[in-house]
Formats: sequence, structure tokens, C-alpha cells
Amino acid sequence: MTDVISIFQNIPGIAIRAIVVGSLVSLCASLLGVTLVLKRYSMIGDGLSHVGFGALAIASVLQIGNASMAISLPIVMAAAFILMVLNEKRRMQGDAAIAVLSTGAIAIGTLLYRLSDGQYSQDVCNSLFGTSSINLLLESDMWIAIGVSVVVLTAFILFYTRIFSVTFDQTFAKATGVHVGVYSMMLAGLTAVTVVIGMKMIGAIMISGLIIFPALSAMRVTKRFKSVMITSAVLSLVCFAFGFFLSLVIGAQPGPAIIAVHVACFLICSLIGWLKTRKRARMSRSIIVEPECVDKMK
Amino acid sequence: MAILTFENVGLAYGGVSVAHDVSFRVNAGEFWGIIGENGSGKTTLMKALLGLIPCASGRIVMGEGLKPNEIGYLPQQSAIQKDFPASVEEVVLSGTIGYRGWKPFYGRRERAIADGNMEKLGLLPLKKDSFQELSGGQQQRVLLARALCATKKCLVLDEPTTGLDPVVTAEFYRMVREINKNGMTVIMVSHDVEEAVKCCSHILHLSCHPLFIGTTAEYKNSPVGRKYLQENAL
Ligand SMILES: Nc1ncnc2c1ncn2[C@@H]1O[C@H](COP(=O)(O)OP(=O)(O)O)[C@@H](O)[C@H]1O
Ligand SMILES: [Mg+2]
Repeated sequence: MTDVISIFQNIPGIAIRAIVVGSLVSLCASLLGVTLVLKRYSMIGDGLSHVGFGALAIASVLQIGNASMAISLPIVMAAAFILMVLNEKRRMQGDAAIAVLSTGAIAIGTLLYRLSDGQYSQDVCNSLFGTSSINLLLESDMWIAIGVSVVVLTAFILFYTRIFSVTFDQTFAKATGVHVGVYSMMLAGLTAVTVVIGMKMIGAIMISGLIIFPALSAMRVTKRFKSVMITSAVLSLVCFAFGFFLSLVIGAQPGPAIIAVHVACFLICSLIGWLKTRKRARMSRSIIVEPECVDKMK
Repeated sequence: MAILTFENVGLAYGGVSVAHDVSFRVNAGEFWGIIGENGSGKTTLMKALLGLIPCASGRIVMGEGLKPNEIGYLPQQSAIQKDFPASVEEVVLSGTIGYRGWKPFYGRRERAIADGNMEKLGLLPLKKDSFQELSGGQQQRVLLARALCATKKCLVLDEPTTGLDPVVTAEFYRMVREINKNGMTVIMVSHDVEEAVKCCSHILHLSCHPLFIGTTAEYKNSPVGRKYLQENAL
């Protein structure tokens, strides 16, 4: 118990930085996740994070660890647009292309880390699962995270109704004059930025969980778009708080701890969703004549 | 003045021709049925009309102030995910996007239009319900309401009753006829010739090029129409 208290007492500015960056990244990822999952683009988030790993490896070979974002951002951005275009063009082969890109990036990234003269396994582990020592988060990282989340949040508020329309029914959206391609690209771009920022703390592999889990959990418990968005955002923040705290208590890397909490949250949400459907099924069975049936009988 | 004029329209996917020499005029208030075998280019023709794909040749001219993004569209079923988390209201409101300008949220005017259309189709009691939990017929009605929100003049329905049982289908056609009687121009793609002949004022029978263009009464007495109706009756 004293351990736990001392953790809180000793929260330094660096931990505050980690909390700010982590919460903002969680928030952005959860919002983007809803549309990505519903548009069947989950694989894109995953592919991007793998490309991010490759990009970090390149930064490490070039020995510009602190400015790694300058390398990884353009690379991941480019990958996002390529993946989006591939996905639009042909469904099946687009899928295969994403798999090729993500395994390829991991393989090449791992080999590159061998070339760089850091500690090989420590470096690979850090960029896949996030840095265990949050000391590595720079103040500039925090400001970039704040800037990006302002952009993501503004985009979601300004374009909320269009994002709904494009996600729900692309053909109809296009017929009503919405520029569908622009929104797909915007989504890809914002996802790329979120992945790059989240990577350092949460880890390249773990970040795609941050995108996909909150949306999936939210969709178990609620069936309206707006409430899925809100639930997803709230769950993501709560899971981050629990996960981060957990990682401090057991001295683990934050990435895996946060995702583990997300897994638990998903299981709980699934259970709640299952109980809800069962309850509704029982209720509709007890109503013998539905008003709709009466209408039909007339 | 015709609301829509198709002038020698030809359609193609990647250079492969799908339909050619489609010329006809739709006057305001008419109810056109587009019929033909699967793969005869009906959906493609509607997509060209909506500006989703370009015409390979010829052109489609709109009259009476109709704009391409002011046509209400009910896409063929496969296009929509039936397990999407959305409320009936959210789906219907999304029909108003075309003429809303850059306002980020739905205003009072959009909500009034959506409510009006939901009322017309008896959807108000389901307003807050989840779209994915509705029956197939109710989902089609929601999508019809959304299409109505997108237009004041012209409605395009692509095989709207596929997969619905006969009772629900009849009810759906009744609603569309009602909408048409109130002045809406309707273009309905259908593989159900019997129903099309019952509902529509005009028929376009497509088979890569038009086999028949004219009023329903003429169609019933034309060689094409008699042959097709007989085949379907068997
Ligand atoms: N996206 C597409 N790319 C290539 N060919 C297509 C595409 N969509 C439809 N086709 C082809 O165009 C023809 C007409 O299709 P369609 O307009 O959907 O027919 P219908 O709606 O009358 O059943 C078919 O032969 C179909 O294979
Ligand atoms: Mg079709």
C-alpha cells in the first residue's frame, strides 16, 4: 500500500507529461477507431503501426533518436495514403498488400536495428511495446501531441455528420455531393499522425490495439453512432488511466499494461452486450401481439 | 420541359461497354420503371444519372432546376452494412447533407425535414431505435426516408424490395405510389416486371440497349412486353 502512495507522491513532471500524451493519443485513437473499424479499415491501423516500427529503426540507424518523428512521420504518412489507395482500388489484393507491407516493415526494421550500434533487443522491444522509462518522453512530444489532438478533435467536430455519412454509406454520400475520397484521405492522414505520436510511449505494435479496442467495446454496449463515439472515447480514457497506473504499480511497460486493460474492458462490454440482447429477446417474447403485427393484419 | 433527358448515353467499365444508345425523356411527376435481366446495366445507368460514374458517350441533361446531388437515392442493397451502429434518426438525417452547406451539425430545418419524412413513412415511433435491429422492411423504409430527405423532385430506387416478403413489398410499393402522386418524379429499377407494370406510368426495358421505351399501356401491348410478361408469369 505504501508503494502505491509513494508512486503518487513521487509523480514528477515527466509522469504528468506521459499522462497528457497518453490521454490525448488514446482519445484521438478511439475516435478514429470507430470509423476505421466500421469501414473495415482495421488492418490499415495495424499496417501503419508496423510501418512505424520500420521508421523508428531507420531513425535509430541514422542515430537521430530524439528527432525520430521527423523521419517516421513522413514515412508513415506516405504508407497511409498508399494503403488507402490500395484499399479503394481492389479489395482482396488491397488486403494482401497491407499484410505484405506490415510484415515487410517489421522484418526490415528488425534487421536495421541489428545494424545500429545500440542495444539490439532493448531497442526492438522498446519500439514494439513502448518505452518502459517514461523519461524518454520529451517536452516537445507533449506539445506535438496536444497540437495533433486539437486537429483531430476539430476535424471530428466540424465534419461529424459527413464522417457519419461516408462511413455508413459511401455511395449515398457521394450521390449527395460529399467528397468521399477527401474524407478517406483525411482519415488516413490523421491515423498516421496519431500512430506516430502514440508509438513512442505505447509502442508500435500496441498502438493499433488502442485504435481498435475502444470502438469494438463501445459497439458491444451501444447501437447508435453518436453514443458509440462518446462511449469509445470515455472507455479509452478510463482504460488508459487504469493501464498507466497498473504499469507504474507492477513496473511494466505502459503499452502492454494499457492494452491488457482494454482486453478486460472488451470482455466486460461483451458480457454486458450479451446480457442486454438476452433481456430484450425475453421481453419481446412476452409481448404476444406487437403493434406492427396488428398493422399488418389490417 | 423534361426534368431528365438521356441523350445517346453509353456506359462502360474500363473500356468494356455495358449499355449504349440510351435515349429517353422523363417529365416531372412521371413514374418510370427500369426493367431488364441481371447485368443489363440498370444499376450502372442509375449511377451515371447520380454522377457517380461518367457517361462513356452521350449525356444526361437535367431540367427544371434539378441538380445531380439533389436526387434522392436508395442504393441496391449490398451497398449498406446491415450491422452498423446508428439510430433511425441518424440515418434519416444523413439524407439532408447535400443542401446543408458547411454547418457542422444538423439544424432545426434539417430536423424538421427528417421528422416530416419519418412521419410520412410511419417511422416516428422508431426514431430512436437502432437501425441494425429493425426488420428488413423497416430498414428499407428508413433508407427511403433518407432518400426523401435528399430531394424535393426526383427519387431513384434501385431494386428496393429485394429480400422483402410479399406483404411488406406491397406496403412499400403503396408508399412509393403515394409519394409519386404527391408530385415526386420516381425512377425505379426492378426485376419484378409484374409489379413494375402495376406501379409505373412508363417503362424502359434495358438489355445493354433499350428494347422498349414508352408508357406502360404501350408496353403491355408491345411484342417485347408481351413476351417478357408471359415468361415471368410461367
Ligand atoms: N464496378 C464494376 N466494374 C466492372 N464491371 C462492372 C462493375 N459493376 C458492374 N459491372 C458490370 O456491368 C454490367 C452491368 O451491371 P449492373 O448495372 O449492375 O446490372 P444490373 O443492375 O442491371 O443487374 C454487368 O455485366 C456487370 O458485371
Ligand atoms: Mg443492379
